[in-house]
Amino acid sequence: MTLAEISSNLLYVAFVAYLIATFIFGGAVKGNKEGTFKSESRWGKVAITITLIGFAANLGYFFTRWGATGHAPLSNMFEFTTAFGMTLVGGFIILYFLYKTPVLGMIVLPVALLIIAFASMFPSEVSPLIPALQTNWLAIHVSTVVIAEGILAISAAAGLIYLLKVVDLTKKSKQRMGLEAIMYSLVLVLGFVIASSFFSLTGYEAEFTYVDKEAKDAAVTYTMPPIFGMNEYVALTDDAMTPLVEMPAIVHAGKLTTVTWSILFGTVLYWLIRLVFRKRIAAILKPFVKNVNIQLMDEIGYRAVIIGFPVFTLGALIFAMIWAQIAWSRFWGWDPKEVWALITWLFYAAYLHLRLGKGWQGEKSAWLAVLGFIIIMFNLVAVNLIIAGLHSYA
Amino acid sequence: MEKLQCQCGHVNPPGTKLCESCGRSLTEKEQNSKLVDMRYEGTARRSQTYNKSIIDKVWNFFSSVKVGVGIIVFLLVAAAIGTILPQKAFVPANTEATIKDYYADTYGVVGQIYHALGFHDLYSSFWFIILVGMLAISLIIASLDRFVPLYKSLKNQRVLRHPSFMGKQRIYAEGPGAEDTLKKAEEKLTELKYKVRTDKNGLLAEKGRFSRWGPYVNHIGLIIFLFGVMLRMMPGFYIDESLWIREGETRAIPEVPGYYLENKNFELENYSGEGGEEIFGEALDRVGTVAKNYQTDIVLYKKKEDALPGAVDGQEVVKEYPIRVNQPLKFDGYAIYQMDFRLDELKAMTFSFINKETEDSFGELTIDLIDPKKDYELDNGYSVKLIGYYPDFSGFENGEPQTATPLPNNPGFLVKLFTPETPEGETSFITIQNTVEPLGENDYKLAFQSVETRDVSGLTVRKDSTLPILGLGGLIFMIGVAQGMYFNHRRFWIQQKTDGTILLAGHTNKNWFGLKKDLNQVVEYASLPAYTDQQDEIDKQEKAEKEGEVLS
Repeated sequence: MTLAEISSNLLYVAFVAYLIATFIFGGAVKGNKEGTFKSESRWGKVAITITLIGFAANLGYFFTRWGATGHAPLSNMFEFTTAFGMTLVGGFIILYFLYKTPVLGMIVLPVALLIIAFASMFPSEVSPLIPALQTNWLAIHVSTVVIAEGILAISAAAGLIYLLKVVDLTKKSKQRMGLEAIMYSLVLVLGFVIASSFFSLTGYEAEFTYVDKEAKDAAVTYTMPPIFGMNEYVALTDDAMTPLVEMPAIVHAGKLTTVTWSILFGTVLYWLIRLVFRKRIAAILKPFVKNVNIQLMDEIGYRAVIIGFPVFTLGALIFAMIWAQIAWSRFWGWDPKEVWALITWLFYAAYLHLRLGKGWQGEKSAWLAVLGFIIIMFNLVAVNLIIAGLHSYA
Repeated sequence: MEKLQCQCGHVNPPGTKLCESCGRSLTEKEQNSKLVDMRYEGTARRSQTYNKSIIDKVWNFFSSVKVGVGIIVFLLVAAAIGTILPQKAFVPANTEATIKDYYADTYGVVGQIYHALGFHDLYSSFWFIILVGMLAISLIIASLDRFVPLYKSLKNQRVLRHPSFMGKQRIYAEGPGAEDTLKKAEEKLTELKYKVRTDKNGLLAEKGRFSRWGPYVNHIGLIIFLFGVMLRMMPGFYIDESLWIREGETRAIPEVPGYYLENKNFELENYSGEGGEEIFGEALDRVGTVAKNYQTDIVLYKKKEDALPGAVDGQEVVKEYPIRVNQPLKFDGYAIYQMDFRLDELKAMTFSFINKETEDSFGELTIDLIDPKKDYELDNGYSVKLIGYYPDFSGFENGEPQTATPLPNNPGFLVKLFTPETPEGETSFITIQNTVEPLGENDYKLAFQSVETRDVSGLTVRKDSTLPILGLGGLIFMIGVAQGMYFNHRRFWIQQKTDGTILLAGHTNKNWFGLKKDLNQVVEYASLPAYTDQQDEIDKQEKAEKEGEVLS
């Protein structure tokens, strides 16, 4: 086996371990009917051990890949997103040993699984570095950012648990809808993973030429049946499905097709779950948070932010500016990725001022933490894939 | 407003809530509340005291946290709007009119609206800059409003506080004590690294007061940073020039007096997928070419001190250096970056002087495309005169050849050919792969032989004297954040009344758990009375009342 193969096998091991640990954490929390925390701590120990094994394999993936490629594996969408999943689990492990909260694992691990699965949908072959990335600042800047985002995401997980516990799901309310919308969007990510895997396993591919927004000829390969056609498309593959609608040049119909298939798969899956359980996903999770100490969740959420915020400042702004000055001759250029890092920073600054200055604790704080995670995910997914800029290396 | 005199005799500035000296509640609100509000030690903040004049109103506006968060949210939303479509710096157009057309053509109506609203240049729009300015003002005023009274109050703390002050602290205890209780408490607190002061029958133990300055320190860091950014607009602090330099050329560096740069060689290297790069084979197959290195080998010259202006030989070599991406050339506070390149620009063209019929050659001449000579003498009385040179020939206008740019992209030559047979000369106009004879059929012509090319390197010249200021701002911000978030200010007040009764109160700005951990050790060692967390009591009571309501 080559080093690169060992690396990807270790990632599989980590994935499977997290998957198993998720169920055991769930069992540990659910099985605790009397609320005595005895069985919870016993099964929690088993689950955290498996998580630790998974995390060790995950670290193994990271460093063997580093060895194989000769650079920190943080240089493209697959590598960065996988690392994000890893730091999320790392953050959870630290907090588990501080606060002994299996319920946090039950939420964080599946999210980490989703993130790693999402990452695996992007090209994962070992790729060379362009000149701008050939420096130690790649490892310094990106690893600090990914650690900070992992920690900040923990605060969202704690917030989500808080909300699952306090939001009344028996009455119609904005909160209930918001909570279910979060669940639905997580299912959509799963929809993307399933759609991508399905079409890639069936080997679907269709090539088209089209005219791009600068009126130049270009080519595109669809990996999913084209629902939307590119501007003035011409099919090169004979048996390809004819696109239903042709899009104007500014819309990348290929990406729109992927999004649409993901939504289709995700929505079908969502309603299947609703049909099988006959209740909202939030309501399915509700019994798991029965014994949760909400003050502790509030505390964990806040702790995660006060650790994550300075680390984020250091990595996503200070180190980023130093590197930008060296590589691009200016420390700040209003590149979309830079702007969204600033937005994330401003958002958490607002969070801290509202919490410390205006007494926004508990539920308000929990909603903000979840919103922070949405901004981070937007910066990761949308800014890389939709908004073009210097950082779009997907 | 009038000054407030407390029962203890101390005169407090107007607006004070808790007497600066003894801690008695001075307002009705404070007197009626179960716990005192200790956020700013009950001091008189200007914003909470005056609201008459315009200055008061402006001050109060900017010192509000709500307004501060509002400005942050506005900035955040504005910043996000600026990423919906690319900013004008990122679009392939550079005049006002072409930029406008680009947005309209590429993004349709949405693009037109976006451009009309000025969002294409959002981050340098006056309103965005005003928002940032308001944030800076808010940082300054909100900090001063809180810091000044807080600093005074903490600096002049008295050891002995009035029992009513102590009784309204969150951590409180009252009970019998022994003779040595105070002494033992002092011992233990000192051991726990508290600074202990005593006065008559009481003590004040304090730890981590500096953490209270954290927010103000980090705000100072941000203000220094914003000040640094502002300073760039001052002349002399900031230079941003681009320099295109051909291989073999030596050029004066723009805005950097006395320095010259020679481009010895430009190199673009791509990944080959061979020789240790086999591992990248799959990725290279998928995406095609990936650049590995952009590099300009340069020599930096400096004009000698005693050299006459314009003297060619009055230069000394400062250094030879390969400028690469991520490895700018640095000297004397300036930095030169590898930013762009043009491959294979035409350098010189070689022609053969031939008889059109016999194709006999009478010699060759080479025309430099950047700085062409006028006359070219060949052997045996053959010569060429260059009458007109059009480096980027774009067609004729009124019979005159035109050039689009000064760059030799499509050179055109108007030449006169002289031979012993045709001493008055034959005129011909030569462009790549085409010869026009405007004044009638010629016997001779210049036949294209070869072309020399070279690369042009696009460099950026920078000087940014504000960087140390920005760095300092960032550093101070980080220190302030750590100071305020990871440390906390803990205090205990202990008094022993003449009958031996111990009064104990504790306060921290955050992390009550840590405070209690400290206190438990002191309570045990000095046998202090058991304390209660009055906030918990209040919470419990409220909860019980709420449940009572639900039940009834």
